[in-house]
Amino acid sequence: MEMQKLYLLVPLAPLLGAIVAGLFCRVIPRRLAHAAAIAGVAVAFVASIFIWNDVAAGHTFDGTVYRWLSSGDHVFQVGFLIDSLTVTMMLVVTFVSLMVHIYTIGYMHDDPGYNRFFSYISLFTFSMLMLVMSNNFMQLFFGWEAVGLVSYLLIGFWYTRPTAIFANLKAFLANRVGDFGFILGIGLVLANFGTLDYQPVFAQARDLAGATISLFPGGDSSTVSLLSVTCILLFIGAMGKSAQVPLHVWLPDSMEGPTPISALIHAATMVTAGIFMVARMSPLFELSDTALSFVIVVGSITALFMGFLGVIQNDIKRVVAYSTLSQLGYMTVALGASAYSVAIFHLMTHAFFKALLFLAAGSVIIGMHHDQDIRNMGGLRKYMPITWLTSLIGSLALIGTPFFSGFYSKDSIIEAVKLSHIAGSGFAYFSVMAGVFITAFYSFRMYFLVFHGEERFGKPHAGTQGHDAHAGDHDDRKTVEHHGLAPGQKPHETPWVVTVPLVLLAIPSVFIGYVTIEPMLYGGFFGDAIFVDGQAHPVMEELTRDFQGALAMAAHALSSLVFWLALAGVISAWFCYLKMPGIPAAAKAICGPVYTLLENKYYFDQFYERVFAGGARLLGRGLWRGGDAGVIDGLIVGGSVRVVGGIAMLARLFQSGHIYHYAFTMIFGVCALLSIWLLRA
Amino acid sequence: MSGLPILSLAVWVPIFAGFIVLFAGADRNSPRARMLAIAGALTGLLVTLPLYTGFDTTTPAMQFVEILPWIPRFDIHYHLGVDGISMLFVILNSFITVIVVLAGWKVIESKVAQYNACFLIMSGLLNGIFTALDGMLFYVFFEASLIPLYLIIGVWGGPRRVYAAFKFFLFTLMGSLLFLVSLIYLYFDSGSFAILDWHRMPLPLATQQWIFLAFLAAFAVKVPMWPVHTWLPDAHVEAPTGGSIVLAAIALKLGAYGFVRFSLPIAPDASQAFSGLIIGLSLIAVVYIGFVALAQEDMKKLVAYSSIAHMGFVTLGFFLFTPLGVEGALVQMISHGFVAGAMFYCIGVMYDRVHSRQIADYGGVVNTMPKFAAFFMLFAMANAGLPATSGFVGEFMVIMAAVKFNLWIGFIAASTMILGAAYTLWMYKRVVFGAVGNPHVAELTDVTRREFLVLALLAACALGMGLYPQPVTEIMHSSVDELLRHVSVSKIQ
Repeated sequence: MEMQKLYLLVPLAPLLGAIVAGLFCRVIPRRLAHAAAIAGVAVAFVASIFIWNDVAAGHTFDGTVYRWLSSGDHVFQVGFLIDSLTVTMMLVVTFVSLMVHIYTIGYMHDDPGYNRFFSYISLFTFSMLMLVMSNNFMQLFFGWEAVGLVSYLLIGFWYTRPTAIFANLKAFLANRVGDFGFILGIGLVLANFGTLDYQPVFAQARDLAGATISLFPGGDSSTVSLLSVTCILLFIGAMGKSAQVPLHVWLPDSMEGPTPISALIHAATMVTAGIFMVARMSPLFELSDTALSFVIVVGSITALFMGFLGVIQNDIKRVVAYSTLSQLGYMTVALGASAYSVAIFHLMTHAFFKALLFLAAGSVIIGMHHDQDIRNMGGLRKYMPITWLTSLIGSLALIGTPFFSGFYSKDSIIEAVKLSHIAGSGFAYFSVMAGVFITAFYSFRMYFLVFHGEERFGKPHAGTQGHDAHAGDHDDRKTVEHHGLAPGQKPHETPWVVTVPLVLLAIPSVFIGYVTIEPMLYGGFFGDAIFVDGQAHPVMEELTRDFQGALAMAAHALSSLVFWLALAGVISAWFCYLKMPGIPAAAKAICGPVYTLLENKYYFDQFYERVFAGGARLLGRGLWRGGDAGVIDGLIVGGSVRVVGGIAMLARLFQSGHIYHYAFTMIFGVCALLSIWLLRA
Repeated sequence: MSGLPILSLAVWVPIFAGFIVLFAGADRNSPRARMLAIAGALTGLLVTLPLYTGFDTTTPAMQFVEILPWIPRFDIHYHLGVDGISMLFVILNSFITVIVVLAGWKVIESKVAQYNACFLIMSGLLNGIFTALDGMLFYVFFEASLIPLYLIIGVWGGPRRVYAAFKFFLFTLMGSLLFLVSLIYLYFDSGSFAILDWHRMPLPLATQQWIFLAFLAAFAVKVPMWPVHTWLPDAHVEAPTGGSIVLAAIALKLGAYGFVRFSLPIAPDASQAFSGLIIGLSLIAVVYIGFVALAQEDMKKLVAYSSIAHMGFVTLGFFLFTPLGVEGALVQMISHGFVAGAMFYCIGVMYDRVHSRQIADYGGVVNTMPKFAAFFMLFAMANAGLPATSGFVGEFMVIMAAVKFNLWIGFIAASTMILGAAYTLWMYKRVVFGAVGNPHVAELTDVTRREFLVLALLAACALGMGLYPQPVTEIMHSSVDELLRHVSVSKIQ
């Protein structure tokens, strides 16, 4: 009973914070707004720790909070499923959220929308918690859409900027395309399992493993496995939320939002909802090799090709954004290889080091007075020591340096893919290996350009890519905006509310992998929360057999290809951007077409804008002008009016009211009758 | 059940109040007319509340029944009663009347008494439609309710109001007459005008099909279904804000209600036979109209088209013949009352200030009207079917039912997830977001207390029903089961 109250407290505390900061955002002082929001999230975090303790002691929970709706035989409810998977997500979400809340005090200091921002990020925390704590598909969908809404509101937080409000609409619609598949998948679950509650659905899954569905009328040839269709549809939802190719286009543009939310929503938590969802649905996905192959191929395409794009970005946030896309691809690959626990493990380590990298990028942006172009930076190490060190830690974790958290999770993914026999795993193995080099290269390209080498700031510079500027700078000012440091001005280290979260995130970025790999992957921590069919997909069993402790794993890695690939990436970056800075320009000149392709992000955006957005508008106008106005109103309605009008015109001719018309007609009639009569006779 | 004739009160209190307003409020005394009108509307709402508190959800039978002979020679009765379906619409209608009176409070300055009287009288007549259990009584209310609506568009409407009213007339005329013919046919066949007798009356398939098509002609225009929908955008554009709210929230529900009360139970075999046609038309409404809405440049037209797409979900849900589908459709009807009403109200709030409905004349409204923008965002999201708003519940239920029926029908229906978000949020972006677009927007003032009250009431309904729809669907269960029993039992002998 006591625990159940605690479960309720976790999502409701941030919700209360959001309501206080949001409803009264124009009345209450900033101090009160951020206190309410931070208190809410802190309570949720502490409660999550207690729950984690309880779950670790073997207590799980699956129960209803209230009955949302019943109809016919179907009952939909709001309820919680608390197990090790849930509680892992709860801890990650509340911890990163707490850090971001504190950081926001410093980052949004000058912004007129301060209270509103706190309200949104607390609302986000509530939504995300509802998503991960759900015990059924309906509430999952609620959380799914609610985090999408808050993401939409936050990307467009600076609503006067055309790029921001373009990006948020794009993000919402790209997510809706994914949700379109997702809701159809949920519909198939309800239609075939008769319920949307996880446990009964998972319990029946095996019975339906052989079931088929006819996609097109007629013939047995068109039937396909029901579970494959269901899982692929559900995964399309994950592709939207977790930004997998080809629904990834919204994530780079989401960098239009303030940096704290890039860290919280677009790196650490919301975008990993898709990964979480597939892991949660492991009892369904395990039964369909087709779906798993689909997952692994989509993941490897994302991991590799989004990594390439990271190499040519000059906006500090966009480099990190493409790295996030690529890392989400890694997690998806792990899912496809049936290594769900490894995916969740990488999700967790990634949440820490990627939130760290984003917040550090934000710190750099503050230090640079809202200049985000890494070509204008250099040598910041001297001026921003804490930011520099924490960034270095984050980068080392990201590229998988042995002993760092990212190493344990990424290496486990690579090993899992190597062992997997699912169709597509060969390509996936190549992608994740190549990805190691690329990740190391773009991460340290950014690191060297920002923190080392020549100091390029304080000079007049050619165009910059984007600005994380505050709305206050934009309010109807006709003057040209100024971003970046004035000549002679030096960057400065950021205040403690910014650096303390960096340090607090750097600690788990180093250690969390080393500490948790054994219990999470091999100690049965996830227990029944994740289901793997050991017979069909023995990847995890083989991994467990090979595992000899966290220390041995790191020691062994020093002699592995993965490590040397990463090192090669770092050295290449050093060589190209510090030692011989002329190389990138030369390389750009040599591989012109490739560079153009990368610069245009493989033309996804242009294609979508022309074909889907433009096509829909054209079709809409065509149906409106042609169908509604042309055929229905013009031809049918207008036509019947004209027919009635025409008949009336004819009838009117006979009733002109002029006596000579009538007289003439009479005479004409008499003549006609007489003629007929005479001719007959 | 108490001794008071609650349904008669629900019908006659607003009508009576309307006449009081008409006679008591002269042009120079508009404050008194307004006070009387709001008192009448509130009393009208108050008398319907016992319907909710005293309702017995366990039985599908008609409740609060009143029956008096009216024209004994043709066995026509003054026969009222509600079941779990119609009761909700009586309360919704009475609630919307309060909203409408508040919405026109300061905005309507000429002929205040007549304006409010029109709405009150119409409210009573609409309650009559939802409670009538006698075919002829239903028909009288059904046709009579049009008169106030014509007047509202014709007197307080925009520049092309005559065109709009004429178009509406043209569309309805044919259907109404065929409907009347069917009623008379059913009378001659059964010797009674009692709708419930008709529910039980056996009919050969061919007769059912003719009756179904005649009903369809009347109801499809009202819903409106594609392709007889083109009157609605014009009517909305010309109507004053209050007229648009009633039109969207209540008047559109009459056609759909007709399907539930007449078509499905009276001609079940024909309903089954024609279900493919209706499902097809409904899906066209969702997709075709979704694209057309995307192309609109006038906000009211856009929301009008979006209403047609949402009503497509209603007809789709009915003709899936499952509890989930039918209840989803009914929930969608009620939710659409709140959400579309609120959308039209939001457009009205802006129109009162700028006197334009063109999207291009706005931009950056959030800068000058932040409170309004927050409400508008909520309703836009509800219109796009976001969970936790009422707009989601019905769509979700109908999509679930449709996928169960056939994956491809679900596929086409679910496209509203994308289209609905696209046209609603694209409009929101162009109107509300961005830098201040022009001097008119720069001069905007945020919502007044009265506007805030209206928006908050509608927001509470949209959110409340989204977070906890169970109390609403609970009321429907028995009646929907009974309806589906009617549909599943063949009447052919």
